[in-house]
Amino acid sequence: MSHTFVHALYDDDDRLKDGATKVRSLGHTIKDVFSPFPVHGIDKIMGIKRTRISICCFIYGCTGFSLAFWMISYMMVYDWPIDIGGKPNFTPYHNLPSWIPILFESTVLCSAHGMAITFLLRSWLLPGVSPKNPDPRTTDDHFLMVMPAYTDADIKAITGIAKETGAVEIKTVHA
Amino acid sequence: MQHESIIREPLLLGKKTYHQITEDVARPVEGKANKYWWLMLALAVTAWSWGIGCMAYTVGRGIGTWGLNRTIDWGWDITNFVWWIGIGHAGTLISAVLCLFRQRWRLTINRSAEAMTIFAVMCAAIFPVLHMGRPWLAYFVFPLPNQFGSLWVNFNSPLLWDVFAISTYFSVSVVFWYLGLIPDFAMIRDRAKVAGRKISYYCYRVLSFGWSGRAKDWQRFEEVSLVLAGICTPLVFSVHSIVSSDFATGVVRGWHSTVYPPYFVAGAIFSGMAMVLTLVIVGRKVLGLEEYITIQHIDTMNKTMLTMGSVVGVAYFAEFFMAWYSGDPNESFIYLSWNNAIGPYGWAFWSLIICNNLLPQILWSKRMRRNLYVTFFMSIVINIGMWFERFDIIVTDLYRDYMPSDWTYYSPTWVEVGIFVGTIGMFFTFFLIFARVFPFIAQAELKTTLKATGDLFHNPPRKLKANGTAADGSTVQPQTAH
Repeated sequence: MSHTFVHALYDDDDRLKDGATKVRSLGHTIKDVFSPFPVHGIDKIMGIKRTRISICCFIYGCTGFSLAFWMISYMMVYDWPIDIGGKPNFTPYHNLPSWIPILFESTVLCSAHGMAITFLLRSWLLPGVSPKNPDPRTTDDHFLMVMPAYTDADIKAITGIAKETGAVEIKTVHA
Repeated sequence: MQHESIIREPLLLGKKTYHQITEDVARPVEGKANKYWWLMLALAVTAWSWGIGCMAYTVGRGIGTWGLNRTIDWGWDITNFVWWIGIGHAGTLISAVLCLFRQRWRLTINRSAEAMTIFAVMCAAIFPVLHMGRPWLAYFVFPLPNQFGSLWVNFNSPLLWDVFAISTYFSVSVVFWYLGLIPDFAMIRDRAKVAGRKISYYCYRVLSFGWSGRAKDWQRFEEVSLVLAGICTPLVFSVHSIVSSDFATGVVRGWHSTVYPPYFVAGAIFSGMAMVLTLVIVGRKVLGLEEYITIQHIDTMNKTMLTMGSVVGVAYFAEFFMAWYSGDPNESFIYLSWNNAIGPYGWAFWSLIICNNLLPQILWSKRMRRNLYVTFFMSIVINIGMWFERFDIIVTDLYRDYMPSDWTYYSPTWVEVGIFVGTIGMFFTFFLIFARVFPFIAQAELKTTLKATGDLFHNPPRKLKANGTAADGSTVQPQTAH
C-alpha cells in the first residue's frame, strides 16, 4: 500500500487530460482527480467504470409503479369500491385508464428521489460532511491529479510527466 | 475541445476565464446588498404580510369573505393557482427539456428559472388549500388511513391527480435544483475558507454536503442530471395536462374540451418564459451579469415565447371557431365566443386577446426582440394576458350557466385581491433572498462550455483563412483558459 502521493495541479482541463493519458500510458495509476467542473473523458482515462446509478433509477421507478398500483388497487377495488357516476370501478382492468396519471407520478417520484438519495449516499454527500479536496482552488479554476508513488523512481517519473504536460504545481505528499 | 458552429453568436461575452466566472458568480453572494435590494425586499415583505393578514382573515371567517357565489364558485383563487403553476413550468422546461435538446443557452438562466419554479409552485399551493375552507384538514387529500375507516381518496378524480402531480413536480424540482447547487455551494465554501470568513464557511460547508469534485462524483453527478432531465421532461408536460384535466373532465361547456392539455402546456411555457424574462432582465442588470445573460439569450427566449404564443393563439382560434361551428347555443357563450366578447365580461375577453395575441406580434421583429425595454414590457403584458386567460376560462365559462336564471356576475373582494398580492410578495421575497444567498448562475456547468461558447475562444477560429493564418496575416495561436 502506497503512502506517498504526487499531487499535480493543472490550470487547464485539456492539459490535465494530456497528463492523465500519459501517466496511464506509462503504467502508473491515478488515485483521484479533483476538478471544478466535470471534465469529459477523464473517467475513461483514469479507468473508472461507468456508474450504475441509472439502473438503480429504473429499479426505483418500477418499485414506485408497483407500490402505487398495489395501493390504488387495494383502496379502490378491494377495500372500498365506490360507484362514482356508474363508471366501471370494480376491477383494476376497467379502472386503469384513470389510474395512469398517478401511476406515472409515483414512478417519477420514486425514481427521482431514489436516484438522488443513492447518489448522495454512494458519494457520501451529506450536511456536515468534511470536504475532501486537498486544495480549495479545485472548486475554482484548478484541476488536481493525485497519483500514488511506490518508489523514488515512480516519484521522479510521475513528476517528470506532470512537468512535461504543463502542471503548474507539483507536490509530493506523504499520507 | 468542442466548438459551436462559427455562425453562432457567443453565449459568453468578454474575455472570460474559469476564474473570472467564479469571481462574477460569487460577487453578489459575497458582496453587500445595495439600497435598491433592501427597498425591493421591504416592498415584497410588506405585500407578503398583507397577504398573510388576508389569508388569516379567510381562515378565521371562512371563504364567504370572498366574492364567490352559487354560479361562480371558482374565481380568483383557482385563476391564481393555475397562473402560478403555469409560471412554474418554465424552470424545469429550461433545465430538463432544453438539457435533452443540448441547448447551451439555458446554462446561464436555468438556476434562476428553477428557483422561480419552486417559489411559484409554493405560491400556487396556497390557493386550493385556502379554497378548501378548512385548510387544517388539507391532509385529507392524501391517501392516509384515517378515523373514518375505509374512507379513501378517489383515484379517478383529476383533483387527486393534481395533488400527486404538483407534489411530485415540486419535490422533484427541488431535488434537481439542489443537486445542481451543491458544486456551486462548494465553490463559495472554499472561497470563504481562503478569505477566512468563518460563518460563511460553516454555512456553505453544511449546504455543500462536503462536495469535493472527485472524478467519480462528477461522473455520477452527470448521469443523475441527465436521467433526471429525462424523467422530468414528461413530468413537466404531465403536470399542466393534469391541471387542464381539472377543467376538461368537467361537464361545464367551454371546459369540456379535448384540446386543453396541449393548450395548457403551451400556455404555461408562454407565461413561464415571460416571467423568466421579467426576472432575468432585472437580475442581469442588478447583479452585473450582462456578459452572461446576453442579448442573444433574451432573443432566444423571446423566440420561444413567440412560438408558444402562436400555439396558444391557434388554440384560441380553434376554440372560437368550434364554438361557432358547433351551432350549440350553450357553446356560443363560452369564454372564446362573440357573446362573451360583447357581454359584461368583454373587458376580460379583450384584455386576453390584446395581451396574448395582438401585442406579442411585435416579437416577429428582431429589433424588438433584442430591445430590453420592449422585451421587459412584453413580458409583463404576457404575464397579465395569461392571468386573464385563466380568469376567462374559469369565470366567463361559469357566469352564463345552463339555466339563465343562474346568470350572474362576479367581482373579487379586497380579501381575494390581498391574498394574490401576498403571493406576489412571497414570491419576490424568496427570489430576492435567493439572488443574494445562492449562486445565480450554475457556474460549474457553465465552465464546461466556456471553450465552446465563450467569446474569447470563438474569435481566433473565426478569423482563420483556409491556409491557417488569421485575416490580418498573423499566425493564430491556440488559446486556452488560464
